[in-house]
Amino acid sequence: MEQTPVLKVDGLAVAYKTRKRDIHAVRDVSFEIYSGENLGLVGESGCGKSTVAYSIVNFLGPNGRIVRGNILFKGEPLHNRSEKELRRLRGADISMVYQEPMSALNPSMRIQDQLAESLITHRGMPRSEAYGKSLQALKDVYMPDAEAVMLRYPHQLSGGQQQRVVIAMALLNNPSLLIMDEPTTALDVTVEAAVLDLIAELKERYQTATLYISHNLGVVARVSDKVGVMYAGEIVELASTRSIYQSPLHPYTMGLMRCLPDVDAPKGTRQLLPIEGRVPSPANLPSGCIFAPRCPHVIAECSAQRPKLIELTTGHHVRCIRAGEWIGKDMVWLDQGVSTEPCPDRDEASPEKTLVVQNARVYYPVPFKTVAGLFGLEKRQYVRAADDISLQVKRGRTLGIVGESGCGKSTLAKAIVGLEPLYDGKIEFLNMDISSPLNKRKLNVIRELQMVFQDPNGTLNPSYCVGDQIAASLRRFHTVPPDQVQGEVEQLLRSVKLDESYYYRLPRQLSGGEKQRVGIARAIASNPAMVICDEPVSALDVSVQAAVLNLLLEIQKTHNTTMILISHDLSSVRFFSDDVAVMYLGRVVEIGPCEAIYMPPNHPYTAALLAAVPRPDPDLEPSRVRLTGRVPSAVNPPSGCRFHTRCPFYMGDICKEQEPPERDFGGGHKIYCHLSQEELEQIKP
Amino acid sequence: MSTASFQEDIARPKQPPQPVAPLPEQLGAARRFFAGLWKRVRDLIEIITASPTAVVGLIMVLFWVFVAVFAPLITTYSPLEQDYKAINQPPSAAHILGTDQLGRDVWSRLAYGARTILTLGPASVLVAFLLGIALGLPSGYYGGAIDETVMRILDALMAFPTILLYMIIISAVGPSHFNVVIAIAIGGAPGIARLVRALTMDIRTREYVAAAKLRGDSDFTIMVREILPNCRGPLIVDFLMRIGYAAFYIGTLGFLGLGLPPPTPDWGGMVQQGHNHMMANVWPVLSATLAIITLVIGLNMFADGVREESMRYQ
Repeated sequence: MEQTPVLKVDGLAVAYKTRKRDIHAVRDVSFEIYSGENLGLVGESGCGKSTVAYSIVNFLGPNGRIVRGNILFKGEPLHNRSEKELRRLRGADISMVYQEPMSALNPSMRIQDQLAESLITHRGMPRSEAYGKSLQALKDVYMPDAEAVMLRYPHQLSGGQQQRVVIAMALLNNPSLLIMDEPTTALDVTVEAAVLDLIAELKERYQTATLYISHNLGVVARVSDKVGVMYAGEIVELASTRSIYQSPLHPYTMGLMRCLPDVDAPKGTRQLLPIEGRVPSPANLPSGCIFAPRCPHVIAECSAQRPKLIELTTGHHVRCIRAGEWIGKDMVWLDQGVSTEPCPDRDEASPEKTLVVQNARVYYPVPFKTVAGLFGLEKRQYVRAADDISLQVKRGRTLGIVGESGCGKSTLAKAIVGLEPLYDGKIEFLNMDISSPLNKRKLNVIRELQMVFQDPNGTLNPSYCVGDQIAASLRRFHTVPPDQVQGEVEQLLRSVKLDESYYYRLPRQLSGGEKQRVGIARAIASNPAMVICDEPVSALDVSVQAAVLNLLLEIQKTHNTTMILISHDLSSVRFFSDDVAVMYLGRVVEIGPCEAIYMPPNHPYTAALLAAVPRPDPDLEPSRVRLTGRVPSAVNPPSGCRFHTRCPFYMGDICKEQEPPERDFGGGHKIYCHLSQEELEQIKP
Repeated sequence: MSTASFQEDIARPKQPPQPVAPLPEQLGAARRFFAGLWKRVRDLIEIITASPTAVVGLIMVLFWVFVAVFAPLITTYSPLEQDYKAINQPPSAAHILGTDQLGRDVWSRLAYGARTILTLGPASVLVAFLLGIALGLPSGYYGGAIDETVMRILDALMAFPTILLYMIIISAVGPSHFNVVIAIAIGGAPGIARLVRALTMDIRTREYVAAAKLRGDSDFTIMVREILPNCRGPLIVDFLMRIGYAAFYIGTLGFLGLGLPPPTPDWGGMVQQGHNHMMANVWPVLSATLAIITLVIGLNMFADGVREESMRYQ
């Protein structure tokens, strides 16, 4: 069937102007998208994925420009068009969905006005018709209670609902081309799963050509027909989704796949293989193959010249001179050389409890909104961020805490280290009562309980060099005599796989993964008994995540450190934890040994979380267990079982009125649910 | 080797050789410090030269700095020397900008006036910053009652029109160099405190602050070591801007007769004393006004240019 592609990008090169020189962010990128097709672009951050998207709609900003190449939209060139023509095209035929739904919506306009606006301006539609069509669009994206949503303002919607509105808005004009730039990255897994279902379905229904940009291979496998893998501004592999996932031919693609923790593999059975090194800056690219410096299969010829993107088998394009050798070898080949040494038997670890949390509550007071409240005439309201939590962590083991954003997992962590005061309850650490906040704790308690933070850009003070920040901990806790501080810092840097030259680097000279390593070095500087890791890898690229997780695991092995890993990513929790607690709206709904959590029986919420994890296998039939609705407010949590408003197994009044009982499945595996043990066994994720 | 140091060498009694070379580690640290400093200076120069606004502003400011530093060398008369035989002279070969109503050389007064304004301006802003930081930092860090109290007091202070505030302070304590500095510092502190407070409220939520708390650092250490250094970008720009305003206010106070006591060479005072004789001789007023304008605009352009250029590629 001969047909014009909706979008044809041919030899695209984009450069950004900076004070020093031009940065060639994208070079020689070519692809085509036909009607009804979804092309996924994947790659680490800084690979130029978004730049490609922006160059299509000409949003490169004042310092970006297209240097070479053609962008043909339905056979006609898109670049060098006047601003006016482009605006018409963008409104009517090309739509874009961005990562942050909140910043794509105007906070001061009702949803219905925002939706209808584009119809009224681009199509000159009468108002009543435009509103009708907007409502229909919301219904098309399965917005629950669409009529009410039409009248709301963006801040009254949850993240998932906002993203639905943005997608509805993008689809309003029946665009021929839809560009989605990480549309689900900012969303929780459960919401992400629902949005991905929606994207997959809309493609079938409207035959829209879609360019889907994501760093997550699992997500792309779920929605795309074709995948382009980008590395440092070039497409290194382009093929159908199945062919990429079953027989990746470029070492970079292979690397991306084997650094992913697998939600279906228990701790110790698999080692993550990170891709060493980092994406080269577009300012100084290697002369030959751009991936050669990080490639495990590099040979002398690789650096001779830049390989071309060649079609190796039908429809499978690869930019690698050795790719031919790997045709027909299956994924097992990838695991060659991987040490399969199992983790030390965790049962041997002493059963001594390092941390015991008993009925901990962390409440934040809600600021008074009335004058009466200000004078104490109104009952004080609280955000019940963590409500009646009890758990324990054994020495040398890891407890994983999972849950959607807003479930109170970070709050709990902060309460344990003392950054947030406890409202009620008790925390015992090494048989000492540490229920008091940080400024009342003794220095020798503080040094035993350290934390690794989430945001690599916020974890280090930009004003001081790396070494000084680690040294500050050493000096403060008198870990080593003053004259040995420098040596100890270097030792710590080496133990997080950074060499001594990093001592005098400033944080801004480090990549995200390196900053996170320094954060880890700082946390272990005082040789603490316990380290709490609050989403230590969520902000990092997959290839770097693997390295950081491996590092944490290694530290745990060598120092027998007790850890808590807080994460929304069930795969990394499974990779890393011995025990897992699942939290929902300030409560623990299920707790137990890691293996038990990832197998039935499950709490309905855990089952939904597990079902939502995008798996990087296009053949796997996606599970249809989906949660609806939004997480209720923690100021007035639902009565009875807090999950009853969203539970697919809602049984009526009993769930609404009574606290769920504890169902003990042995071995410390407990589920808090009204369903009977037999019924719980039936739930399949 | 120059002759001077050669002679010194002979003059000095011979001392036993001392290990002058510092320990290798210290040497390395010092070298790294200077290398780091040099790199920062180079970055700054790069930023400044990339912005035409900043370059023009800097040239204007540097001109007055040059004049102030070399005032004795580039003037022929003392700024206080009166010549009753030559009052209100237009520019001539003897007096390049003429003389004022007391027969003082306008150019000399301008040059020495630059000294006054370029020392008192930065000094008063520096004091204002010390005050503002001392108030704003704890305010933003602790929030709550401390913040409310400090901010309401500052609100009350800010409710006064600036000039009125200065007049009240100066009338109460009398005009002198020191009092002008204090008045301008008090007038500027609330604005600085608000800026510092806003920056602190943002920075205190950063994870490195939490990390410092987990180190058991005291609140004071956290404020000074972790938060304050990261406010420096906006504060430096604000500092430059405020030197411009301070120059302007010193001029205004001088014009109102509340500035520096005569016969101090002071641009504002020159305008004030000269404006009665403007019909006869426009030169003292005109040149002092132009001096104030060029310095204030120069500082503003410089600050603006630096701010724009440093934010451009972020």
